Amino acid sequence: MPDNNTILLAVQTAAARHGNDPANLVQILREVQDALGHIPEEAVDDIARFLDIPRVRVAGVRGFYHFFHDRPHGRYEILFSDNIIEHLQGKPELLQQMCTRLWVEPERMSEDGLVRVGSTSCIGMSDQGPAALVNGVPVTRLNMERVETMVELVQKGVPLSQWPADFFQVEDNLRRADVLLGEPLERGAGVRAAVEKGSDGILAEIDRSGLRGRGGAGFKTAVKWDFCRKAVDTGEECSIVGPKVCDNTAATVRYVVCNADEGEPGTFKDRVLLNSHADLVFEGMTVAARVIGARQGFLYLRGEYRYLFDKLNGILAQRRRDGLLGENILGSGFSFDIVIHLGAGAYICGEESALIESLEGKRGTPRNRPPFPVTHGYLGKPTVVNNVETYALAAKIAAKGGEWFAAIGTAQSTGTKLLSISGDCERPGVYEYPFGVTVRQVLADCGAQDARAVQVGGPSGTIIGEGEFDRRLAFEDLATGGSFMVFNRERDIFEAARNFSSFFAHESCGFCTPCRVGSTLLKKGMDKIASGHGTCADVEELKRIGQLTRAMSHCGLGQTAANPVLQTLDKFWGDYEKRLISKEFEPSFDLDKALAVARRITGRDDAWAHVSAD
Amino acid sequence: MSDNTINIDGQTVPFLPGQTIMEAAMAAEVYIPHLCHNPEFTPHGSCKLCTVSVNGRSAAACTMPAAAGQQILNNTEELNANRRALVQMLFVEGNHFCPFCEKSGNCQLQALGYYLGMMDPHYNHFYPARAVDGSHPDVLLDLNRCIMCELCVRASRDVDGKNVFGLTGRGIHTHITVNSPSGRLGDTNLAVSDKAAEVCPVGAIIKKRHGFAVPIGERLYDHKTIREVQTEAHK
Ligand SMILES: Cc1cc2nc3c(=O)[nH]c(=O)nc-3n(C[C@H](O)[C@H](O)[C@H](O)COP(=O)(O)O)c2cc1C
Ligand code: SF4
Ligand code: FES
Repeated sequence: MPDNNTILLAVQTAAARHGNDPANLVQILREVQDALGHIPEEAVDDIARFLDIPRVRVAGVRGFYHFFHDRPHGRYEILFSDNIIEHLQGKPELLQQMCTRLWVEPERMSEDGLVRVGSTSCIGMSDQGPAALVNGVPVTRLNMERVETMVELVQKGVPLSQWPADFFQVEDNLRRADVLLGEPLERGAGVRAAVEKGSDGILAEIDRSGLRGRGGAGFKTAVKWDFCRKAVDTGEECSIVGPKVCDNTAATVRYVVCNADEGEPGTFKDRVLLNSHADLVFEGMTVAARVIGARQGFLYLRGEYRYLFDKLNGILAQRRRDGLLGENILGSGFSFDIVIHLGAGAYICGEESALIESLEGKRGTPRNRPPFPVTHGYLGKPTVVNNVETYALAAKIAAKGGEWFAAIGTAQSTGTKLLSISGDCERPGVYEYPFGVTVRQVLADCGAQDARAVQVGGPSGTIIGEGEFDRRLAFEDLATGGSFMVFNRERDIFEAARNFSSFFAHESCGFCTPCRVGSTLLKKGMDKIASGHGTCADVEELKRIGQLTRAMSHCGLGQTAANPVLQTLDKFWGDYEKRLISKEFEPSFDLDKALAVARRITGRDDAWAHVSAD
Repeated sequence: MSDNTINIDGQTVPFLPGQTIMEAAMAAEVYIPHLCHNPEFTPHGSCKLCTVSVNGRSAAACTMPAAAGQQILNNTEELNANRRALVQMLFVEGNHFCPFCEKSGNCQLQALGYYLGMMDPHYNHFYPARAVDGSHPDVLLDLNRCIMCELCVRASRDVDGKNVFGLTGRGIHTHITVNSPSGRLGDTNLAVSDKAAEVCPVGAIIKKRHGFAVPIGERLYDHKTIREVQTEAHK
């Protein structure tokens, strides 16, 4: 345990680096945890003092994010990615093997404080899984052999820096490039165009391009930027009033935010953009800043991608040196800079208003809307939030105009879309397609000969069976943020839906009743069916809970949390039916199972120590 | 439609600019069931009991701004069935034992259960392990009964200026915590006269030594429905 002076020093250093600003609380907590291994109560008190905020706020934030710990959690923390694809590729067996060899129980730190082995939501590596985060750094392509080596390294206490480098190798796996990834843009071309064409000129090009947000919802980017640049800061803190849209005033502070939370299971295309095309992304953010009149931008990088943090900061520094970022960009008088904020394990922080809360150093709870971020975003100021891919495309459009872009894709979905393809196919990875491509085409290209189902857009999206493979990927038909998970004929779709239900229950922020309790009830219901005790009555109940959660939840998480259950009940009923027992009703309390403890204590397992069902 | 009116279940209701649907409805004595909303505090929007249908889309009445011409459905069979399910969800996620709760008869959760015709908890109880904190000389904190409405959080922060309460945890593990290193209520500066000590709609925060001052059977919701009580209160 660190002593009080060590704690104080760690807090002082982290707080000072972040200007003792409560808005940076999430960043400060992360750095304190880096220094101390966890965030003890004394650190909470010190942070509260330095930032001059109530300790209860600090404790509340610490308790919200999965990657923050209030007690030691092992010198090695190994978290296996719980994505269904990695699950099917052997994650449970690998995790079990590691636990057995290390003599630990899953999710519990070993007695000597050496190691904790557990699970975490998809870490964005499902094209090269099974994967795990070891002290926050991804180790990919796990197999029994790798697990064995890891066990030895842990037991010998070898520091991560001395582990074999190929363990940490993350491939881009770029399989198909089109206009975005295939045709390089000269560095700075987007920014130069923005400076030359000005706000109106660029906005007109974005509008002409028809660009829609790539994060999933597909909102028109030009409309969003225009709302934001016209929004005026009223100066009052209002949570209820509707958007006040008036003339552009130069005095209003506005912000550009890049959503790099990429938490939807099965998505990893933003990882590739940030790893290999970060300049393009920063360029797009700068273009947006020029359009709306912002001086400050944030990249909100999910905690799972922390391994990219230093690299990205290096690229920002280079851009400043090159006059593409910072004061007086390209000598035009326009100034803009970007700060990277790291998340700490919370899918909900991909939702734009929760993301803004997190940027402000708070619990990631989605806000009430209206007002929307374009009028009341970061610190209540007009803010544009866009996906990584949206900014990359915006940079291209700024440089090359909107016309050519509008000519690609379909009428309502112009341009190309990056897909993250994983699962039962020969060539998982990132594919860039013009919008409008059929699922069948994509399956053929990635080498999925035996597909039975595809989960399009992740658990919150749509699952389709063979009969729907001629549907098109486009906002008009199958909208997608990019996740594309393939299941072959041997796969059990019920298990996929159950995995997704656990995911949502685990990631619900807990703010609203229908999602907090509804997602938990859905998970419990699926677990009951999986255990062989489900009946038709349970299925009917799942439908009712699902509809309620969908209709009454506060944000997109709860509104889509029931999608996997409702859709698979509809489309893959057979996978449920074979598990159900024919009885109308089955108690969820299993008397025989409850006696297991007594059997263990008494060392009995004879017939009299059991209660039989009939 | 005239400029500043909305329509709730066929009734024309006027509103002032800036008002929410809930505020407009309350002023017109139209009852929309609610639990986390309390007109004395900034709207919150977490329980979702007040969900209505606005031009065909669901919205929380307590946070949704009223806008001219909105066609709102409120007191319908379907919405009330969903509200009943939400109350049942709140019952099973915590540990609520009305027969031996001091708040019985004055509890808004219980009263909404009656009002919405809840006959049983319907779902399986979660039986979570939650803390009871008796460390404060005058106030008892029993998290078994907490419904996460954050009224105590808002009252302590916005009225008392103290920040005694806050939320921590996440998802189904979300819970109230207090502003002391020990995590005990007795080590905070909460006073029994604080707004935060009296605002809890259920029995999670109750004053000590006031037990059963009013006998069961003569309490607020024993003779009147929550609808009657809350519509009269806002007259
Ligand atoms: C639960 C939830 C999670 C989300 N996660 C992400 C995400 O990881 N990345 C993203 O770009 N958008 C995500 N979104 C969508 C954002 O709220 C927002 O619409 C998007 O960032 C806007 O950018 P775009 O217009 O460029 O798509 C999420 C939405 C919800 C409801
Ligand atoms: S729907 Fe879920 S994630 Fe969204 S606010 Fe409600 S509890 Fe939080
Ligand atoms: S009363 Fe509106 S959400 Fe609780």
